[in-house]
Amino acid sequence: MQFGIFSVSDVTTDPTTGRTPDDTERVRSMLTIAQHADAAGLDVFATGEHHNPPFVASSPTTLLGYLAGVTRNITLSTATTLITTNDPVRLAEEYAMLQVVSGGRMDLMMGRGNTGPVYPWFGQDIRNGIPLAVENYALLRRLWTEDVVDWEGRFRTPLQGFTSTPRPLDGVPPFVWHGSIRSPEIAEQAAYYGDGFLHNNIFWPMHHTKQMVRFYRQRYEHHGHGRADQAIVGLGGQVFVRKNSQDAVREFRPYFDVAPVYGHGPSLEDFSAQTPLTVGSPQQVIDRYGAFVDDVGYYQRQMFLIDHAGLPLKTALEQIDLLAEEIVPELRRIVEAKRPADDVPLNPPTHAERVAAASAAGATHVGDGFDDVTGTRAEEVAR
Amino acid sequence: MSTTTRTLVVVTAGLSQPSSTRLLADRLAAASADALLEAGQETRVEVVELREHAHAIMDAMLTGFASGDLAEVLEKVTGADGLILVSPLFTTTYSGLFKSFVDIVDPDSLSAMPVLLGATGGTQRHSLALDYSMRPLLTYLRTQVVPTAVFAATDDWASQDEALQRRVARAGRELAEAVAARPAPRGSDDPFGDTPDFAGLLGGA
Repeated sequence: MQFGIFSVSDVTTDPTTGRTPDDTERVRSMLTIAQHADAAGLDVFATGEHHNPPFVASSPTTLLGYLAGVTRNITLSTATTLITTNDPVRLAEEYAMLQVVSGGRMDLMMGRGNTGPVYPWFGQDIRNGIPLAVENYALLRRLWTEDVVDWEGRFRTPLQGFTSTPRPLDGVPPFVWHGSIRSPEIAEQAAYYGDGFLHNNIFWPMHHTKQMVRFYRQRYEHHGHGRADQAIVGLGGQVFVRKNSQDAVREFRPYFDVAPVYGHGPSLEDFSAQTPLTVGSPQQVIDRYGAFVDDVGYYQRQMFLIDHAGLPLKTALEQIDLLAEEIVPELRRIVEAKRPADDVPLNPPTHAERVAAASAAGATHVGDGFDDVTGTRAEEVAR
Repeated sequence: MSTTTRTLVVVTAGLSQPSSTRLLADRLAAASADALLEAGQETRVEVVELREHAHAIMDAMLTGFASGDLAEVLEKVTGADGLILVSPLFTTTYSGLFKSFVDIVDPDSLSAMPVLLGATGGTQRHSLALDYSMRPLLTYLRTQVVPTAVFAATDDWASQDEALQRRVARAGRELAEAVAARPAPRGSDDPFGDTPDFAGLLGGA
């Protein structure tokens, strides 16, 4: 299982000091956090994408492109890439470029975005969220798998003889996740293409997460990509850790109480009981997160939110160290022991594994246009 | 169908204890159950006092999900055969607590649900609030609101002419008819049963 961190890139006043970083400081702190996570040995760093304050992550591939140059091992990803308001042509170009620049050390997660006003700023309408996600992603896949694309759809200008460059690394597109909290249509989309499904459950009770993941797994099997337990699943998470549980609670509570999204609502204790938020010792995190496999089946990626709500950079870096040293090794041992069979993927597919799979299917030549998972042509799938 | 037990869920938004809103709710429930029994249907009545869930309702508005007891209440309400909704009238309309509860119910989950409305207030001058504010709210949710809605003012509880009891009985009969006319409760609990196959989604894109 991979363990990583994701940032929503919020600029939030530290409630304990009243200090607010400016946008430049926040962007630089994200760069520091990602590099620290790489050095500490975490597996994944993912950035959100937002186009409204108080968030600064408007340009993920610029951020991730820089990080590709200054990190060594960590997989660079998104949480999420807006498949609704971004032009799929630009997404095909930017993420193929990132894939080439990073040597395939990246993947990405599609999401719709739930902020109504952002849609019209990019010429779209939130009421078309699902149809946009469906049409744009179908086009994005074609742009990656076919050299020359003729296309016409509902939401953007038609394309005649268009070639997206650079062509994907080794002729194999990046691995894609689809993220959704509540919409089964998106779980169905992930299952249909044999892509990954990430349920970012940080604000949601496990019984809901369990239902969504089960649905995705059933549909993955239905669409012929493998058994339900072989589907590629990721979960979100949120922790605040100190060696002593009481210290963690005492330090995090002032941030929790006024945090964006859930602040001024349920108590820290209630919210911890209802969602994956775990504030306590490393052992408490290990116990809690080590049991999620029992609810959703063995999954391949566990992400943690550790740098939001105005927490200082120093604290975020300490959280990364605690994760990497005190939590992940033991947690990995526990959850990987629960993997039901050797043919259930241990991790999400790497670029090298995807190239090998495509090669075995005879589809590595750039422009072959074969889906490496299903062995069918994208245009047949899209029809 | 006559052997099925029907479930009436009573939601009362009264704040005081004892509450005249609860008193009216109980009378409406008893009248509806009596009328259903006359039609040959056993009835189970479950009462939800929103006061007990007030904090959880606000938390659900802030977090986006209902948890614990409140989640069970929502399941009860959306799974009922008929609803009796009773609110005190505050400052010309239903209480904020009542509206907050309605706001966290999935707006599609009450379609065609038979609903009986009741309200309490200080004087009869407020009685039309039932029809100009509470009824449109439930109409928006595509529920089937019965024609008689029952308002009880303070005076009604001391009245000798049984006018309130006649209104309660009539409303109860109307709700019973609507509930009895409904097909037996549907069994499917698959939350994603309506999700279209992806080929259909692509075709529609």
